[in-house]
Amino acid sequence: MELDPNRRRVTAPGPMPPETLRTISGDRGLDHEEKLIFEIGRQGVTGVDLPQVQISDARLAGLRRKSAIGLPGLSEPEVIRHYVRLSRMNYAIDAGLYPLGSCTMKHNPRLNEKMARLPGFGDLHPMAPRSTTQGALALISELMHWLTTLTGMPAVAMSPKAGAHGELCGLLAIRAAIAARGETRPRILVPESAHGTNPATAAFAGFTVDEVPAKPNGHVDAEALKAKLGPDVAAIMLTNPNTCGLFEGEVIEIAKAVHAAGAYFYCDGANFNAIAGRVRPGDLGIDAMHINLHKTFSTPHGGGGPGAGPVVLSAALAPFAPLPLLVVDGDGFKLIEDRDELRLFPEVGGAKPFGRMCAFHGQMGMFVRALAYMLSHGRDGVRQASEDAVLSANYILASLKDVMSAPFGEGPCMHEALFDDSFLEGSGVTTLDFAKAMIDEGYHPMTMYFPLVVHGAMLIEPTESESRESLDRFIHVLRELALEAKAGITARFEGAPRLAPRRRLDETAAARKPVLRWSEERFASANEMVQRTISGDERPEQKRRAVDTVAE
Amino acid sequence: MRYLPLTPDDRALMLKKIGAPDMDALFRDVPRAAVVPLSAFDLPDTQGELEVERALSKLAAKNIAAGAAPFFCGAGAYRHHVPSAVDHLIQRSEFLTSYTPYQPEIAQGTLQYLFEFQTQVALLTGMEVANASLYDGSTATAEAVMMAQRITRRGKAILSGGLHPHYAETVETVAGLSGVITRAPVTPGNAEDIISLIDDQTACVVVQSPDVFGLIRNLRPIAEAAHAKGALLIAVVTEIVSLGLLESPGAQGADIVAAEGQSLGNGLNFGGPYVGLFATREKFLRQMPGRLTGETVDVEGRRGYVLTLSTREQHIRREKATSNICTNSGLCTLAFTIHLSLLGEEGFTGLARLNHAKACALADRLSAIAGAQLVTPAFFNEFTLKLSKPAAPLVDMLAKKGVIAGVPASRLMPHEKSAANLLIVAATETSTDGDFAALERALKEIL
Repeated sequence: MELDPNRRRVTAPGPMPPETLRTISGDRGLDHEEKLIFEIGRQGVTGVDLPQVQISDARLAGLRRKSAIGLPGLSEPEVIRHYVRLSRMNYAIDAGLYPLGSCTMKHNPRLNEKMARLPGFGDLHPMAPRSTTQGALALISELMHWLTTLTGMPAVAMSPKAGAHGELCGLLAIRAAIAARGETRPRILVPESAHGTNPATAAFAGFTVDEVPAKPNGHVDAEALKAKLGPDVAAIMLTNPNTCGLFEGEVIEIAKAVHAAGAYFYCDGANFNAIAGRVRPGDLGIDAMHINLHKTFSTPHGGGGPGAGPVVLSAALAPFAPLPLLVVDGDGFKLIEDRDELRLFPEVGGAKPFGRMCAFHGQMGMFVRALAYMLSHGRDGVRQASEDAVLSANYILASLKDVMSAPFGEGPCMHEALFDDSFLEGSGVTTLDFAKAMIDEGYHPMTMYFPLVVHGAMLIEPTESESRESLDRFIHVLRELALEAKAGITARFEGAPRLAPRRRLDETAAARKPVLRWSEERFASANEMVQRTISGDERPEQKRRAVDTVAE
Repeated sequence: MRYLPLTPDDRALMLKKIGAPDMDALFRDVPRAAVVPLSAFDLPDTQGELEVERALSKLAAKNIAAGAAPFFCGAGAYRHHVPSAVDHLIQRSEFLTSYTPYQPEIAQGTLQYLFEFQTQVALLTGMEVANASLYDGSTATAEAVMMAQRITRRGKAILSGGLHPHYAETVETVAGLSGVITRAPVTPGNAEDIISLIDDQTACVVVQSPDVFGLIRNLRPIAEAAHAKGALLIAVVTEIVSLGLLESPGAQGADIVAAEGQSLGNGLNFGGPYVGLFATREKFLRQMPGRLTGETVDVEGRRGYVLTLSTREQHIRREKATSNICTNSGLCTLAFTIHLSLLGEEGFTGLARLNHAKACALADRLSAIAGAQLVTPAFFNEFTLKLSKPAAPLVDMLAKKGVIAGVPASRLMPHEKSAANLLIVAATETSTDGDFAALERALKEIL
């Protein structure tokens, strides 16, 4: 790779930053320390002005609250400053490449945010009369058309609220289909490379989990899988492309064997973003697959949610889709929200919904964003996005496999490049150290120690959102880190990160004596810690007096 | 395509570096038969921002937004005024476009607000600990039942007839796999005798207050009866603002609180995304579902926050996890926390009083109409009227006149014949005297 000649090439760590410089405030330039709202707020202050009203206790059943809640009072400027300061302690895809494998941190277009906030969508009640929600139902119908067309599946259940919720929906449909055949099948096969949600969901849905090993080439062992099939197997749960970033080429053959054994094929669709617009899961023999709208279709991850996990279903499973069902007739769109209403709609004859996943109709806010993404991309853009994601991952794999170790690097990968820690052997540097050193370089680490099938896994998913310049810069940093580690130059890795808002945190202590909330009793000790964090030697009494003076 | 930075030249150069002749070579593991041409997709091609905005705005304009008409729907989703600062703050890139805080050194912003959220939820519900959110109130209720089944090693769950029917169906669908779900009779405007249903096989009793008809329920005697039989009381709250005026479920003896947090910070959104609140006693901590944020220190002794007790969770514990939840309601919790921070004690309790005052004023006006009778003697910001005519067609007719009168109970429970004439009506701080007058006038005309 060409290096920018103007870029200083650091081969050994230079002087570390002046961490010992202690400022009077405890803040450092743009990095501000920030207390909890409970330590900032006072009684008698509010950020919302409301009309004062008198009420009587007559209609409160004698259950009027007798004690204060204990919420702190803050004015609007204080609240804004507080949360702006907190925001600045976060990494974000808008601020830099976010190579979390399996998580798909791609660009979140702002048009989608604007569309979700149109009053006709954002200020619409789920139980408003159906005649007043026709546009919303039409939007859901349009999104269903996109999802079934892109996947080549006949039906889709829209209500699941996230990927794992979609998995549950799929397995409950499978359970209902098996029960309708008068059978019981307690076992589900899950490859060892699966996301943790797969075995957790199978157990949640009342099945026992049987693990299928991976082959040395990172693919599921199709022969071992077939050998495990039997009359007690309800389904397999396979991720494709799998979590090693590889397409399971034997998928059609696996599907045939699964169906021949009377079982169903659940596909974890977390990695659909690699193949959307090129491959239809329906053509592969899949019976159910959830689609993480927050991955493939770019609804923002929001620090952990919300997401949406619609599940596409084969003809065999479609009748068991959960309530509500969306139907269209001469009067427009209608929602069937209760089993009792089914008889009013002969056009859904044969529907045997297994139940309900949640209140109301699903993650409408995410539906609007996902449809805006789809309409913007179009079918050609969806395909191009998949191709660019795969191309970028292969570019990273090709550019790093000589200095890092790629266990399955002999062939192309899909949308993510997997490395293991064998290149770090003997260096004293671990996968964790390597990842944390990336933080000092301005990057969010890749997914670490997952999938479990390779040692010290590092799973890199660049997505289609990065320019070549951005990819080159990232590759350059990782190459240099790898070369230094291999050369035994470990200063960057020891105790990294050093330049983040916090250095490594004591997770063992957090779990041993969990402190999960602020409390009045802990205020004294917490306050001491805050003071130490904020200004070194200022005593708590002085601080409080200063605050009181300002308040006067 | 405006969201894709790679140019054709970039792509060619990258393929060269990889050593692949074309894109097809990268997809070589995909069976030939499974690759379809673009024409296989009956879908449009790329469109500009203007075209997309136009298409979606057209769909949005076909709906009647709550703010565009006199509006009285509740039944599990409530229209409140969300201060402008909330939406501004949650749209900051660092909150909106970050992932679950698995790298705590560069996610203290998310972790600290989650710690604040957990504290706020614990305070509101009167419980000792709260998690960092579930999807919504209904799924939180199902998780609570499964948690009670694990704790008590019993299967039977008794659901109050006042529990929102969608919540009850969600519980039956999910927790019905691990035990028997019994539904108590529906008794609009009255508390059913749920205590006599509790036996020594009972894992939990699930009671919503205010219930789906708006009735405030006294949880204390139910908690005592449940505890006497070794069962747990799960309290469900669908309108979290009610806790600004009413005794908390924790103070009334609840063991688990499952609640919907949409009312704070979050719009109606046609039903989602919302935010599930989940709180319990410290002794049940290790049976809790979902993420938890805990306080700790970094190597320099500075206070910081991390995700903790993750050995309960799917990414560590796989099939032995307490729940399969992964993605939760992150950004919705932030909206909740910011809104509640703005309100503070004074604002939150004032908001609750204002809601109750509005609902009382509306109930007085409507129950004076011939053919409308108030059936809920005690309520917070939502009450139920028994009309002289079936409520569902009446609501449809009023919608044509531009008044969104409320939720007909029959829409939630079509099988309940006694619910046919019941109308569930909510009023919040957003309701005006003009709205009240419009509904009063429309009902007088039609009844």
